[in-house]
Amino acid sequence: MNFELTEEQKMTQNMAREFANDVIRPRAMEIDKEGKFPEDIFKEMGKLGFLGIPFPEEYGGSGGDTISYALAVEEVGRACGSTGLSYAAAVSLGASPIYMFGTEEQKEKYLVPLAKGEALGAFGLTEPNAGSDAGGTETTAVLDGDEYVINGEKVFITNASYAKTLIVTAVTGKDDRGKNIISAIIVPTDAEGLTITEIHDKMGVRGSNTTQIVLDNVRVPKENLLGDPKAGFKQFLKTLDGGRISIGALSVGIAQDALDKALAYANERKQFGKTIRSFQAIQFMLADMAMEVELARNMVLKAAWLKDQGKPFTKEAAMAKLFASETAVRNAERAVQIHGGYGYMREYGVERLMRDAKLLVIGEGTSEIQRIVISRNLD
Amino acid sequence: MNIYVLLKRTFDTEDKIVVNDGVIEDDGVEYIINPYDEYAIEEAIQQRDKHGGEVTVVTVGDEDSEKQLRTALAMGADKAVLIEVEDDDIEDQDQYSTVKILEAFFEDKEVDLILAGNVAIDNASGQVGPRLAEKLGIPYVTTIVGLEIEDGVAHIEKDVEGDIEKIEVSLPLLVTCQQGLNEPRYPSLPGIMKAKKKPLEELELDDLDLDEEDVEGKTKRVDVFLPPEKQAGRILEGELQDQVKELVSLLRNEAKVL
Ligand SMILES: Cc1cc2nc3c(=O)[nH]c(=O)nc-3n(C[C@H](O)[C@H](O)[C@H](O)COP(=O)(O)OP(=O)(O)OC[C@H]3O[C@@H](n4cnc5c(N)ncnc54)[C@H](O)[C@@H]3O)c2cc1C
Ligand SMILES: Cc1cc2nc3c(=O)[nH]c(=O)nc-3n(C[C@H](O)[C@H](O)[C@H](O)COP(=O)(O)OP(=O)(O)OC[C@H]3O[C@@H](n4cnc5c(N)ncnc54)[C@H](O)[C@@H]3O)c2cc1C
Repeated sequence: MNFELTEEQKMTQNMAREFANDVIRPRAMEIDKEGKFPEDIFKEMGKLGFLGIPFPEEYGGSGGDTISYALAVEEVGRACGSTGLSYAAAVSLGASPIYMFGTEEQKEKYLVPLAKGEALGAFGLTEPNAGSDAGGTETTAVLDGDEYVINGEKVFITNASYAKTLIVTAVTGKDDRGKNIISAIIVPTDAEGLTITEIHDKMGVRGSNTTQIVLDNVRVPKENLLGDPKAGFKQFLKTLDGGRISIGALSVGIAQDALDKALAYANERKQFGKTIRSFQAIQFMLADMAMEVELARNMVLKAAWLKDQGKPFTKEAAMAKLFASETAVRNAERAVQIHGGYGYMREYGVERLMRDAKLLVIGEGTSEIQRIVISRNLD
Repeated sequence: MNIYVLLKRTFDTEDKIVVNDGVIEDDGVEYIINPYDEYAIEEAIQQRDKHGGEVTVVTVGDEDSEKQLRTALAMGADKAVLIEVEDDDIEDQDQYSTVKILEAFFEDKEVDLILAGNVAIDNASGQVGPRLAEKLGIPYVTTIVGLEIEDGVAHIEKDVEGDIEKIEVSLPLLVTCQQGLNEPRYPSLPGIMKAKKKPLEELELDDLDLDEEDVEGKTKRVDVFLPPEKQAGRILEGELQDQVKELVSLLRNEAKVL
């Protein structure tokens, strides 16, 4: 047992913290208020190698591990939830499937620009009628000569307006038992018949780009099929396992920021002639916040460690995501409470945390779905 | 070009500093690369990228300084040297000691350019750079804010209390770097992952043919204390005439500055 981070992990954490504090944090309020995707920040992050942390250098990556990546997501999310979500989605959902399941040619062509941060990745799984029940995918891809013809609709897809390629899931046939075979296919965003519309008004992570995608007879070469044509469903379950570590890390970042802000405010604010920090009711809230954020971080890092060791981590990733996201929701709510009336106002930056945190118990599998995953993995 | 950077690990003066019995408490203090040395590292990397060659970062410090050296390597330096001295090894270790050690280190080195920070933010003596140049018999320019090198000549802009002095000087040369020289980069993530594979040489006094007595300090530290806490301000009231009188009297009798 050893809880010590390696030199590289510590340096990654330091560098990400410095970058997030200098470059991202000062912009967080404006990003939220205007609901504007911070494209320039992503360009800078790309140059520094953020988008390629868990990929090897031969594919344009930084050659780090999942733990380093999780630490970076935490720091980015601690400064700005919107930026954190777009970052986590770009790496875990947009790029990782190509790294895990792509052919050598696909990696050269599609992973390298994503890892270098020259383009953002996006992953289109959710549909209007298939959310938690991803197996209910209705989008179809039919082979016509050397091309797949794709028809369907996707919703809530992160980063698509800023992506050069998307990965979409589609039904490509039926197996022996008559069940739908779902595959993942790489689709260039400039393909004819593809329409991406940004969904503007949302509760939180307002600077993250969320889109609706319509595929109307979109044709792509059949080489764009990602990985095993028969195992698309398994592949995206694996993709989501990895994604959950990053959503867990993002949750820890938001939960930590809530604690930082609440603690600073409690030390400053005086009522009844004393700082509110001196009231036991506030002390107990702060203690719970600190405890839960620490536990959440430990679980996220454990899941990341298991992944780095090549061990099974499905259950642990679900636990990490579930506990960390619910911690973020609780901590954000407590931070607002500790701020009193001021917390309710935008200027203090804690009501934003409450809105941002709520996404984390919904995206990449709702809390209910995490509990299903955990319970399915108990024996 | 053979470029060397002198780097010091310092505590972060933005942290709360606690002094106990004349010693700065180590607990909970963040250690960083001396901020002025970051300008030196950045400049060294930029000069190397323009003119070719190698950047070596050198520090005299304890084993914990490895972290700051690795960060410099992650930023883009090629090699690092840690001249290891533990805190209690050398009596009254001061700038004399550091310069003596560095002098021995540089004795057999071919040097084109040495960059150091203008001052280290902990002791703020600003002596190590100039004294080392003196010992090595090479010219030095302090507090530079601009550096162009052409055909073995450095064209330097030096900050003189807010004005700029332009200087031309031949290499080899030592400069100390001032804020405004450049914008130090963040270590890149591929840089961080590669830093461990870059050479980091560890030397001890023995390796430099030095004894502890050779590098004993020439100064004694008598005491270390924090500046007195700032008192709350006072606003004078009444007629302007009376306020002025009161102010003068306070400055004379209470603050004793008149
Ligand atoms: C900002 C944002 C970004 C997103 N980014 C992406 C993206 O990049 N790519 C992508 O593919 N998707 C993305 N999503 C979609 C997200 O993953 C889905 O919203 C989520 O999986 C839930 O699906 P749903 O919205 O259809 O809700 P539903 O599945 O309709 O769920 C509604 C409610 O029913 C509950 N429920 C459903 N099934 C069960 C069950 N079996 N047992 C108990 N309770 C159940 C759910 O927990 C939930 O409380 C994003 C969503 C948002 C809001
Ligand atoms: C939208 C809005 C509308 C409002 N409308 C009105 C209005 O019309 N008229 C009006 O007069 N006011 C109004 N208010 C003010 C509101 O009543 C106060 O915000 C509220 O009473 C809390 O006071 P505070 O914001 O100063 O927080 P604080 O009193 O500073 O409280 C900060 C935190 O410390 C805790 N705390 C404080 N003292 C103790 C203690 N002794 N023991 C334990 N915990 C303690 C609090 O519970 C809270 O969690 C409004 C506020 C808002 C946000």
